[in-house]
Amino acid sequence: MVRLPYLTALTTLFSYGILFVFGHLRDFFRKIFDWSKSNNLQGYAPICLGYEDFYTRRLYLRIQDCFGRPISSAPDSWFDVVERYSNDNNKTLHRTEKTTKCLNLGSYNYLGFAAADEYCTPRVIESLKQYSVSTCSTRVDGGTTKLHTELEELVARFVGKPAAVLFGMGYVTNSAIIPALIGKGGLIISDSLNHNSIVNGARGSGATVRVFQHNNAPHLEEVLREQIAHGQPRTHRPWKKIIVIIEGIYSMEGELCKLPEIIAVCKKYKVYTYLDEAHSIGAVGQTGRGVCELLGVDTADIDIMMGTFTKSFGSCGGYIAASKEIIQHLKRTCPAHLYATSMSPPAVQQVISAMKVILGEDGTNRGAKKLAQIRENSNFFRSELQKMGFEVLGDNDSPIMPIMLYNPAKIPAFSRECLHQNVAIVTVAFPATPLLLARARICISAAHSREDLIKALEVISKVGDLVGIKYFPVEPVKPNKVKHLKKIE
Amino acid sequence: MALAMVNVTASVLDWVSSYFDAPTRAVVFGVPIDGHLVVEALLVVVILFQLTRKSYKPPKKPLTEKEIDELCDDWVPEPLTPQITEDMTYEPPTLESAAGPHAIVNGKEVVNFASANYLGLVGNEKITDSCVGALEKYGVGSCGPRGFYGTIDVHLDCEQKIAKFLGTPDSILYSYGISTIFSVIPAFCKKGDIIVADEGVHWAVQNGLYLSRSTVVYFKHNDMKSLENKLEEVTRRSKHPEKVRRYIVVEAIYQNSGQIAPLDEIVRLKEKYRFRIILDESHSFGVLGNSGRGLADHCGVPIEKIDIITAGMGNALATDGGFCTGSVRVVDHQRLSSSGYVFSASLPPYLASAAIAAVDYLEENPSVLSKLRTNIATLFNELSDVPGLVLASHILSPIVFLKLKKSTGTGKTDIDLLDSIAKQALEEDSVLIATTKRSSLDKCKLPIGLRLFVSASHSESDLLKAAASLKRVAALLIS
Repeated sequence: MVRLPYLTALTTLFSYGILFVFGHLRDFFRKIFDWSKSNNLQGYAPICLGYEDFYTRRLYLRIQDCFGRPISSAPDSWFDVVERYSNDNNKTLHRTEKTTKCLNLGSYNYLGFAAADEYCTPRVIESLKQYSVSTCSTRVDGGTTKLHTELEELVARFVGKPAAVLFGMGYVTNSAIIPALIGKGGLIISDSLNHNSIVNGARGSGATVRVFQHNNAPHLEEVLREQIAHGQPRTHRPWKKIIVIIEGIYSMEGELCKLPEIIAVCKKYKVYTYLDEAHSIGAVGQTGRGVCELLGVDTADIDIMMGTFTKSFGSCGGYIAASKEIIQHLKRTCPAHLYATSMSPPAVQQVISAMKVILGEDGTNRGAKKLAQIRENSNFFRSELQKMGFEVLGDNDSPIMPIMLYNPAKIPAFSRECLHQNVAIVTVAFPATPLLLARARICISAAHSREDLIKALEVISKVGDLVGIKYFPVEPVKPNKVKHLKKIE
Repeated sequence: MALAMVNVTASVLDWVSSYFDAPTRAVVFGVPIDGHLVVEALLVVVILFQLTRKSYKPPKKPLTEKEIDELCDDWVPEPLTPQITEDMTYEPPTLESAAGPHAIVNGKEVVNFASANYLGLVGNEKITDSCVGALEKYGVGSCGPRGFYGTIDVHLDCEQKIAKFLGTPDSILYSYGISTIFSVIPAFCKKGDIIVADEGVHWAVQNGLYLSRSTVVYFKHNDMKSLENKLEEVTRRSKHPEKVRRYIVVEAIYQNSGQIAPLDEIVRLKEKYRFRIILDESHSFGVLGNSGRGLADHCGVPIEKIDIITAGMGNALATDGGFCTGSVRVVDHQRLSSSGYVFSASLPPYLASAAIAAVDYLEENPSVLSKLRTNIATLFNELSDVPGLVLASHILSPIVFLKLKKSTGTGKTDIDLLDSIAKQALEEDSVLIATTKRSSLDKCKLPIGLRLFVSASHSESDLLKAAASLKRVAALLIS
């Protein structure tokens, strides 16, 4: 949970206030200067009216160089960031030919499969030559290959459910599955910090949507009791079905969900559960099977488990794993299965190979080593950051660590200064996070070595001192750690 | 005693009436009353007394904990999915090779008319080589959204290439074909805007229209008269034309029927009524026009007149993903407000390099387009006299659409008949064709049928074989 000190809140609000005032002043002058110029819209309404894009024009464009940085190599632990320059105060950015080699703390590369891998890449190239880049067809027409059926069985076995179905993109998986499961007359209760794809899917389904406080099982129970007792709004008929949607690891907080409590509540009230394991599959758990394994929940208790292959498996696409009846129903009605191009065969082969490595079926123990490495890396990094006095969110074992920045001026300062020192960091502000709670988010990978992490800690500590984000007191140093402290200073 | 009371009352009343000296007397129930002002004063006192009393509200009894417990115990949810019956299980044919014009299904070689491989680029050497290079350099996935180090230089090169090819200022890449249109529409259309859309658009467009929360008006499929009527009606009813954004949403080649939209007519209407156009060119990019630049090239309309063009690259370009192109303002706006772009991982780099190689191929070999046109014409000719089925698509459309001349009764029996035609064609003649499958969430009401996707790499014998097979099987199964 975020503990926001009062002084910080006041200064952040003050900073946003100043930016707001300046933005409005500039808009005012722009209106005066544009009065003379003729309006070339000729009766069409403008694409953005009034203050709809005020945030984009006046706040985001100032720090545009901190986002969307292009890279020119694989997103491995070290990568090449392309340098950009701007001639008009950050309104447009132009690429140059120069690149800088930076430490990658921003890509979702939890198990290190992002770059060419010794086991996976030869098999991927072979499948490319056999099945070609794309099948140009939907799964039901002529786009199902042997690789797709093999991967569906492998995913079902890996996750621990009877059957699975694949989709070409994780975002579409959520947006197209939820309308197929529930419609008008149903109720969706989702966590307040759920991802945009779940929100879109819930809105597109036509069901009523209610929100419960993030990770708060007692509040979920309260909401459930009230909703079941009152029934549908206005008609008070009983709900047709209720689905509770939660995520395994929340990507902006780095927290694990309180799965055992929430599942207990759902079983008591006979509601269905949908678990989105986009970030946790392959990254947490003893053998990489996700949040269920880590928290000791039986997979048969969760009705539908969803995940993506982008993060831990270094590929693209998503899957749904559930009972055979649900999967057969989805294969008949889900629009993403019936209308969308099937997943590209080389990407399917990459997931098959990555899963085999994780399960140890390739004959080596690289999978187990990777899983141990990412756990060790995450715990080491998090504890060191907390000792330095940063405010770090998230639970132990989770590879995502947000560091709170709060103040809008610190976002570009932190990001640009770290890039100068060859560390690539991701900073997140509104609208992905609440307005006052801007943060820098670090994603640890199994490909990072201990030296990489120590270098990152040095740079972050130095920049943190410059920018002033060590909101908590530095932990008192024990006598035998004096050498370590000297290195950081 | 009573007399004394009466005397006292009379003297008080005399005093009061003489004091007020009212000229008129009140009449209550036909009886004249002296001192009517006293009556009126009493009435006022009674009214004030009643007003100050609390009004009667039926007592609010919230449900007790026990009652809520009972309701929760009694509630029985519907099963998550309906019962699966035996005839609902459908196993699609599994390919064991690339989806080119000839593919291997269940060990047999079949002629493949189910892949939208219009330019025959599946299995092309140059594309495969560029993909191998990209795979070795970048790996498979891009491991991040575009805003957080997921932008790879091949993405930027691909965007510029497509923009240059089409002649527009800029373009933006999406990571999946169908997510393109249902992210673009909500980015531009908000609550209160007006959209006029064709009733035959496919599910992804319908989903985008629903998510945008704008007012949507449908016009009859590909009927310009109906479009004009709807535009007139909407413009008459709209109150603030400067504040309300208005869009027309059409597809270049409709997936559900194979018709081609008459773009010059639509542009004329758009300029007359001041609407913007959103055009989905998934099946016409790389197919229509002398150089494959799509519907604008085919109809001779300058590309600047079309505001927003979207397309999925999973068809002619034989790769995956989608793009959207238009003016600089249109493209820049999507980089922050299009949810499928901002909140999703970016396109895998090898697919982007395949797209670049495919556009290069199209620029260097425009003759492949005339080969495609000849193939479509041949097949169209051959299929014009299939017993029981009638051609419903446009003569230039690479999706050749056959629908039943006469429906067999219900929608379900129609689907079963078409499925059995396709199955028999595959098993007996080794011709793989696709039937339309509608999801239960799809609101499109156009007739279903058989679809054949013609490719430039089909040979004449392939086309003749498919036509002969269809004629034979249709004659057998359609009475």
